[in-house]
Amino acid sequence: MNTEESYEIRLKVNGETQQITAPARRLLSDALRGELGLTGTHVGCEHGVCGCCTVLVDGAPVRSCLTFAIAVQDREIRTVEGLAADDGELHPVQEAFKECHGLQCGFCTPGFLMTACALIEQNDDPTEEEITEAIAGNLCRCTGYQNIRAAVGYAAEIARSDKT
Amino acid sequence: MTTQSFGKAIRRTEDDRLIRGRGSFTDDAGSEGLSLTMIRSPYANARILSIDVSEAWEVEGVRAVLTYSDLPGRLVEPLPLLIPHPSLVAPRTQYILAKEHVRYVGEAVVAIFATDRYVGEDAAERVIVEYEPRKAVVGIDAALGPDLVHDDVPGNVAADHVEHVGNVDQALDEAPHVLELDLDMERSMGSSLEGRASHATWDRHSRKLRIQNATQTPTSVRFAVANILEIPDEQVEVFAIDVGGGFGTKVIHPWPEDILTAWGAIEYERPVKFTEDRVEHFISSSHERAQRHQIKVGFDDEGRILGLDVDFVHDNGAYTPYGMIAPLITATQLPGPYKLPNYRVRFRSVYTNTVQVTPYRGAARPHAVFSMERTIDRIAAFLEIDRAELRRRNFIQPDEFPYDLGMIFQDGRPAIYDSGNYPELLEKVLAMIDWDGFPERRSQTPPGRRRGIGVACYVEGTGLGPYEGGHVRVETGGKVQVSTGLASSGQGHHTVFAQIVSDELGVPFEDVEVVTGDTRRFQYAVGTFASRAAVMSGNAVAEAARLVKEKAIQIAAEALEANPDDLEIVDAQVQVKGTPARGIPLAQVAVLANPLRYSFSEAARAATQFAGAGDLDEPPIKPGEDPGLEAAGWYSPVRATFASGAHAVEVEVDTATSEVEILRYCVVHDCGRLINPLIVEGQIHGGVAQGIAGALYEKMAYDEDGNLQNASFMDFLMPYCTEIPEVEIDHLETPSPLNPLGIKGAGEAGVIPVSAVIAAAVEDAEGFQINHMPLFPSELHEMRLMNAEVSE
Repeated sequence: MNTEESYEIRLKVNGETQQITAPARRLLSDALRGELGLTGTHVGCEHGVCGCCTVLVDGAPVRSCLTFAIAVQDREIRTVEGLAADDGELHPVQEAFKECHGLQCGFCTPGFLMTACALIEQNDDPTEEEITEAIAGNLCRCTGYQNIRAAVGYAAEIARSDKT
Repeated sequence: MTTQSFGKAIRRTEDDRLIRGRGSFTDDAGSEGLSLTMIRSPYANARILSIDVSEAWEVEGVRAVLTYSDLPGRLVEPLPLLIPHPSLVAPRTQYILAKEHVRYVGEAVVAIFATDRYVGEDAAERVIVEYEPRKAVVGIDAALGPDLVHDDVPGNVAADHVEHVGNVDQALDEAPHVLELDLDMERSMGSSLEGRASHATWDRHSRKLRIQNATQTPTSVRFAVANILEIPDEQVEVFAIDVGGGFGTKVIHPWPEDILTAWGAIEYERPVKFTEDRVEHFISSSHERAQRHQIKVGFDDEGRILGLDVDFVHDNGAYTPYGMIAPLITATQLPGPYKLPNYRVRFRSVYTNTVQVTPYRGAARPHAVFSMERTIDRIAAFLEIDRAELRRRNFIQPDEFPYDLGMIFQDGRPAIYDSGNYPELLEKVLAMIDWDGFPERRSQTPPGRRRGIGVACYVEGTGLGPYEGGHVRVETGGKVQVSTGLASSGQGHHTVFAQIVSDELGVPFEDVEVVTGDTRRFQYAVGTFASRAAVMSGNAVAEAARLVKEKAIQIAAEALEANPDDLEIVDAQVQVKGTPARGIPLAQVAVLANPLRYSFSEAARAATQFAGAGDLDEPPIKPGEDPGLEAAGWYSPVRATFASGAHAVEVEVDTATSEVEILRYCVVHDCGRLINPLIVEGQIHGGVAQGIAGALYEKMAYDEDGNLQNASFMDFLMPYCTEIPEVEIDHLETPSPLNPLGIKGAGEAGVIPVSAVIAAAVEDAEGFQINHMPLFPSELHEMRLMNAEVSE
């Protein structure tokens, strides 16, 4: 019963193009985690509210649990695994979350990191209001957000000093 | 000297993996194998008339579809009652799959094993279950009414418990003043961002069942699985590598899905994974917090409490797997920092057709503190005495420790406060928020706003037994491996245990590697709950490190031909005190600790038979000694250690929208000696945030038929960063005399007094009584209308 049609789907993730075979309904979150083994992207609610599954598609934060893999063929997808440099050097948001104790259990963290990355790549001198606005779509149950807000501010500071 | 790391705000060792996307949460384990999908009851109270699974079997990719009647062996039994208690006269636990009857929306009815979750959900749509619904018992009023949750539990009463100190009736009769309060709290839940999850693999060659599980207590999951599957413990390995938040929910075990994944892995000889989705977490894990309290308090003209009589009803949901722990904690923690010479508490724990209630961070202490602090505020208002002053008059004083409450705590041992300084906590928090300056600030409240201030104090029993253990091993390469059986879910255990071992052993912090919650590394443990990990495992790994140090010094003394008393360990070198030149690296001591026949490295040669070391008249391993530079240490306290704190909050309430805005939130916290202030403050931030969530945003919105109407993050208002203010923190460090490190637990503290303190501040702003939490703008608006009518 119900043999489902599969498709060849090209996914360009963290600069590398890979082909997967999956049905049209395969969510991007499941394709990243399952087919590609990129388990850094987490799934917290599967209805687009918690933000744990946030990845960047062409630089903009996107809920991968509300996106079909087939719908983002050939787009530039960036996940938490693609944040650090090839030599392992941490991205400013990663450095800042560590320094400011911006994570506890670490489950929501990849979503925050990607959201913060999108923010500071567009605006590396955000105001406190802009920081709050940027991360206001991500849930964290451990930290009370105080250190996350501080971390995003500090990440921007690192990004600015890296430029000069 | 090796740099002391205890007490320092060291950055966490956990973080590097987690920020690189290299964490290892249970759902990250392989996606080959089978996925378990559950079909859950859509009715709160119903008989199951029939289940037709035939069409589901036809779906391609389905391996099995099971109902209760398909379950083998001990899987047909109800799940274990984890914590029996004499007052729990009618315990009930659920079956792995419902047997004839369902008692809450979300109870597991059918299990589907399929190639992936997509296929499992397809098959689930083809299962037809016929139910005969009955009237649902929802809420405390209904529980006290005629309808029953379990036909054989009259009155829906699971437990009826009374404890008392002194003579309350006489004290109330003789008291110059008596007040009565009715106080209510609603349900919320831990709501970790990672739900429940289990991944089981059966290795038929080595005959091992390997289970990665999102649990707070891997050792106990192991025993439960082995027991129910009737296989030796030795064949079961359970580990929790990364757990995405627990908050109490994940201390419950075994869940039906834990057993089904484990059983399925053996039966089908394929890995089986269950990963709960968000709706399932809402309707089939655990909730907490619903209690209704009737309080009668007698006091003198000065506001000193003479007698307190508390009668409360606890809604335990449909089952009681965790016994009566939550209401017992309310009962024993209710006195808080105050002297209650005459105190009686009675609770009835009642069944309802709702999700089971088990401890959620704070574990029924928020109710206790809400009850006590509301009572104190009410007395202050009645006598027109400053609320802070009334607290001062009732505090247990710093010279009165150990202070015996005269009650039995949740560990079955006397509730005796070990140490504390409650007056100083209060004075510090009052100074921090500028309590005395409030009237001035209030006079400057902008139009359309009302301003209020509140303060609340609490005492929290932490670090309870029975025990924890830890193991420390120095490797010949110089790394120090530490393991403890209890699991981590974000508390920074890897960092703080490394700090402790680094200091005790005299090795750099960076050389210490910690593993938690893996039965392959450490088999004996209790678990992570009750703010106990730092106290219990912290002291256990400290003891293990001390034993290793002793052994290292003995071995080094022989090698250096020195007196052991003259040796010290500094920067991973055993040396004559103050003489680094006369020393031997700890790594080399580890080599010497293991007499070898076969060399595996240049360094290892020193331990081989012809290297010429040792006394030839003695055996290489002397009687009573073990090879290897390693030791296990244990910590088993006589009873819990009691942390404490005081919170103060200043709020503004909007006169039009009834929205409560927090202007300042201040915390003074005493968890004894701080291992790592960065981590302790992080715990407080998170706890306060959960407290604010429970006070102003969250509740489980059941309709009268027992449907949870807000079972999603769209409708359950878990706060985002836009709702949570900055929290200002100061510490007091009153060491615990009960453990060598002088520490007390810190994990839950932040959440405990939040409902109480916010209620106090809103009451102060509005001028009418707040007796019910949480407090939503709509409710506050209704209360304003009612109080306006009353005063007209």
